[in-house]
Amino acid sequence: MEEKKNKAPKAKGGLRKLASCVGEYKAAAVWTSVLVAIEVLFEVFIPLIMAQIVDVGMSDKLSVFEFVLQFGSVSIPVFSMTNRTLFIVICGVLMVAMALISLLCGALSAKLAATASTGFASNLRRKLFYKVENFSFSNLDRFNTANLVTRLTTDVTNMQNSFMMIIRILVRAPFMLILSLVMSITISPKLSIIFAVVLPVLLIGLAIGIKVIFPRFEKMLYKYDDMNESTQENLIGIRAVKAYVREDNEIRKFKKVSETVQKLQFSAEKIIVIAFPFMQILVYACIICIVFFGGKDIIASGDNPALGMTTGDLTAFLNYVMQILMSLMMVAMVFITIVMSRASMDRIVEVLDEKIDIEDDENAKDIFPENGSIDFDNVDFSYKKSADVLNLENIDLHIKSGETIGVIGGTGSAKTTLVQLIPRLYDVFDGSVKVGGVDVRDYKIENLRGAIGMVLQKNVLFSGTIKQNLLWGNPDATDEEIYHAATAAQAHDFVMSFPKGYDTDLGQGGVNVSGGQKQRLCIARALLKHPKIMILDDSTSAVDTATDASIRAGLKKEFGDTTVIIIAQRISSVEDADRIIVMNDGKIDAIGTHEELLATNDIYRDVYQSQQKGSADDGEVNENA
Amino acid sequence: MPEKTKKQSGMGSFKVKSPVRTFRRIMSYLKDYKGLLAIALVCMLANVLCNIGGTFMIGMVVLKMFIFPLAAGKDVALGALHGIAALGGIVGVMAAIYVVGATLHYVYNYIIVRVTTKVLQNVRDEMFEKMEMLPIRYFDTHTHGDIMSLYTNDTDTLRELLSNGLPNMITNVLTIVGMFVAMLVVSPLLTLISVAMLVIMLFIVKFIGGRSGRHFVGQQRQIGALNGYIEEHLDGLKVVKVFCHEDAEKADFDDFNGKLKEASRQAHTYANVLMPIMGNLSYVTYAITAIVGSLLAITGFGGMEWGGLVSFMMFSRQFSNPLAQIAQQMNGVLMALAGAERIFDLIDQQPEEDDGYVTLVNAKEDENGNLVETDEYTGMWAWKHFHKAEGTTTYVKWTGEVEFENVTFGYVPEKTVLKNVSLVAKPGQKIALVGSTGAGKTTIINLINRFYDIDDGKIRYDNINITKINKADLRHSMAMVLQDTHMFTGTVSDNIRFGKLDATDEEVVNAAKLANADYFIRHLPNGYDTMLTGDGDNLSQGQRQLLAIARAAVANPPVLVLDEATSSIDTRTEKLIEKGMDRLMQGRTVFIIAHRLSTVRNADMICVLEHGEIIERGNHEELIAKKGKYYQLYTGAFELD
Repeated sequence: MEEKKNKAPKAKGGLRKLASCVGEYKAAAVWTSVLVAIEVLFEVFIPLIMAQIVDVGMSDKLSVFEFVLQFGSVSIPVFSMTNRTLFIVICGVLMVAMALISLLCGALSAKLAATASTGFASNLRRKLFYKVENFSFSNLDRFNTANLVTRLTTDVTNMQNSFMMIIRILVRAPFMLILSLVMSITISPKLSIIFAVVLPVLLIGLAIGIKVIFPRFEKMLYKYDDMNESTQENLIGIRAVKAYVREDNEIRKFKKVSETVQKLQFSAEKIIVIAFPFMQILVYACIICIVFFGGKDIIASGDNPALGMTTGDLTAFLNYVMQILMSLMMVAMVFITIVMSRASMDRIVEVLDEKIDIEDDENAKDIFPENGSIDFDNVDFSYKKSADVLNLENIDLHIKSGETIGVIGGTGSAKTTLVQLIPRLYDVFDGSVKVGGVDVRDYKIENLRGAIGMVLQKNVLFSGTIKQNLLWGNPDATDEEIYHAATAAQAHDFVMSFPKGYDTDLGQGGVNVSGGQKQRLCIARALLKHPKIMILDDSTSAVDTATDASIRAGLKKEFGDTTVIIIAQRISSVEDADRIIVMNDGKIDAIGTHEELLATNDIYRDVYQSQQKGSADDGEVNENA
Repeated sequence: MPEKTKKQSGMGSFKVKSPVRTFRRIMSYLKDYKGLLAIALVCMLANVLCNIGGTFMIGMVVLKMFIFPLAAGKDVALGALHGIAALGGIVGVMAAIYVVGATLHYVYNYIIVRVTTKVLQNVRDEMFEKMEMLPIRYFDTHTHGDIMSLYTNDTDTLRELLSNGLPNMITNVLTIVGMFVAMLVVSPLLTLISVAMLVIMLFIVKFIGGRSGRHFVGQQRQIGALNGYIEEHLDGLKVVKVFCHEDAEKADFDDFNGKLKEASRQAHTYANVLMPIMGNLSYVTYAITAIVGSLLAITGFGGMEWGGLVSFMMFSRQFSNPLAQIAQQMNGVLMALAGAERIFDLIDQQPEEDDGYVTLVNAKEDENGNLVETDEYTGMWAWKHFHKAEGTTTYVKWTGEVEFENVTFGYVPEKTVLKNVSLVAKPGQKIALVGSTGAGKTTIINLINRFYDIDDGKIRYDNINITKINKADLRHSMAMVLQDTHMFTGTVSDNIRFGKLDATDEEVVNAAKLANADYFIRHLPNGYDTMLTGDGDNLSQGQRQLLAIARAAVANPPVLVLDEATSSIDTRTEKLIEKGMDRLMQGRTVFIIAHRLSTVRNADMICVLEHGEIIERGNHEELIAKKGKYYQLYTGAFELD
């Protein structure tokens, strides 16, 4: 929890990053604002006509009805007539016409706002997705999938809503505010002095309010996150909770957090509820002053437009005051929304700001590895990029093209780490890794990885048919090539046993095949690349030993000049390799053939024996076990 | 495990099954705050009256009774005040009304915030409490995302409803009623026009709202599709990187993204358009009212006069504003009701049944060799069995015998997973379950501790039908180390202590040593006090399994269930913990599921399962001699996954 507070807001410059996502929707966004402004203009003018209707048309003292636009001391006569009914009808029609134009602008701006904001969201989402696609392994280690999905969906939606509010309301409200102020001043500069008193008070009040509320909200949101996290944990670990009968304990824990959330929420929101009455009081103060002083003026002028303030003016003035109030409330609302969505913005920006640590070097050459030789020259590696926690230490290893290498070692001995340096999934901390005699950093990444077939420990097939999945290895592969690779991976037979063969749909995450079948498909997929180097990271663990042996035989026969690296738990998977590397605690403990290692290496012998015991005891000797 | 039903997560859905009942139920949560809410309601009413009063004062009183006559040169009086002073007096009255109004506003908002946060807390607590009590089956059929969204999205909409929606609705309705009465008083005829326009507006709202709702559903569908794609492909992103497949991914994504954009563009267009239409139509209403009104005033029809018309115009403005607001809030209310319905659905779920009355107690033998109950830990347990019919209590010594008799079970009625399984685990025996994925191994152990209840047959524990045993005691009597190990936010020792809340530090360390976890724990930054967050993200899968074993060790239960407990631990480390594991299993009945056959070789009985049936059983030697399925598996001639 404490940790989280430290990584709090760092959204500086984030706004600019997000703004760039408006892109091609800039026009729509700008037009939205322009149309909103026009709409507001009408909304301000319409009360003027209202005033004319009430003031002139409905005056029982006048006999000549003159439509006059009054701007302070300047009055612009528009038309005049002696027929009262006609005057009111004309004003009414004028008002309806204006309302309709305003409606049109409003509707159009609403549509454009939808276009702009959803477009913005779509651009932002794409930018995020592209960024994540470009993540290196070490970037990916820092974010988990669920976390990234939330950022790409919920957080982007929050930003979309904020953006829409900004282009609509954040233009509308201040514009309305200013126009209403201007109009009020033209009606009566004297009465408008009241704003000069009230507005600063209001702004100061709001500023203080925001300053008080913001930290309280932030505190609440952190606690809220904690609460959700613990709920999530309970969902994932529900079996553990039930198996250990810990329900009551978990409920107690939850209730405690839940209560804290309530307290914090209350402490934040009780400040917010002061804001509205505060604004109300100020606006009412305005109204009262206006009614009193305006009333005095009307009395002085005898409600005669020629002599000064009239009832109509007063009505219009009050209308503008109400609009000022509304605008202020809208601005306040938008601010609250933006404050609430700031967490989303921070999280999005965090992804956008993530420094991708593996990219093509500037002077990377457009060359392809010539052969499958691999050289580790005094390689140090650290996930944390710090010399204090080296995960690989002083690795010096030279593999000839076409060799088959086995890698054995306990959990955490850095077997996977070792092989992941070859296709440059991570960069070395010190020393260098060469493929085909050239430093991996000198290749274009695509060329390097194109030459290496790698089957990861946690491997994934995607929704789609088997064929679609295999084509990942080589989009242009012919059916013959597919069969060839699948046969070598011992997958062809079982695929053909499915009614739909290679067109069998795998379902999400490849759920329609068994674990062993999945592994073999993954191997076939990698083989389709015709790789110079093939890396199998514990990728036959669910395959039976006989098939495992056939796969190795198939590799040898069909892909003889490919360098093969096999990481395995089972000794049987590596014992016939040209050389076997024994890893221990980030270092190479020994290299040699099966026989050599059995004779000289303790770890290897231990592992071997741990897998042999039993079958040796009971006489049912089984060479594969 | 039955596949999780992929439900569209409910967020933003407008479907409400029974709005009235749901609404009533929400109201029932407010019961405890009746007093406070009554005060709030009174304040609200008074506040509206103040607002209307203020408007009324300007229209009817200040303008008509003071300013007009004064402007016309007549004198008016308010008590002893005359002329301008009277105007000042009446404005003073207005000010007083407004101040009271604003104060009331604050009071009721304060109450509402207080009640809302409390109610939300109660709803959350109730939800969580119920959730913890639900049978595992519920979690099988609902995705985590769906359940989480109850705590986030749905509670959020509920908050919105309670703290904004409802109060605004109430004040708006009160304002409308007030204004309506005022308008009616001035001119029933003009009121009719306003009402007619109102009906037209409502039709427009209904039409656009309906369109908008439909498109929101479409948008929701696209969000679901995109979510699915992102989830699958980000999960496999490392594979994508290895194949340099990024460009193809981006193209696919653009496709989904474009569709979502289009769907949400339409949805938002309809939603956005509502506000300008309503706002401007109210101007049209105003103009029409003005024209008709002045015609009435000129002809004097219906007793209309100019002063009255002016006030009417003012009221009609105040009448249509809250209407537009209600129209806007309708969607929010519906969304909140839909959310509340989902929340209540969780709360209404049938909790796990437990009518077991046989409890597990510490026991010792008295001088006559009879079992008696005791409070202290004796290392001996007994089942305390109360016989209702005779009113007697008997004690059965715990021996750890587990018996399956013709057990049949399916996660869903259509698909039987276990067929007629019978097996006996004698006290202290180690029973291994072997077979391919989906053969029913995990299902068997899920039945022993009653994660699920069987459809047919009997499971007995020390000759007591397990349905008679108190569920908590049943589960206390066995420790499980499950396939997926999960950690909870807290320190390492908190997580080990999960097995036994009152374990001493020494017990925790001993358990960790037994599981061979002590070494790596000591190498963590803060040792046993290292905080684990995010399901133990900072530990490897193997380390988490070691902690889970330690958790089981500290619980020190009579029966031990190990479901692939060492699958992520390499053979050498497994060898290191073997001694500890042996010690842990000593004298206990153990059920063990392991992928690695070397792990199960020394079991007393190995059951080979296929398609929910035990096809072979016996110890390692017997099964090897049999040269059946086990032999094939063991010699690697058959694939296990």
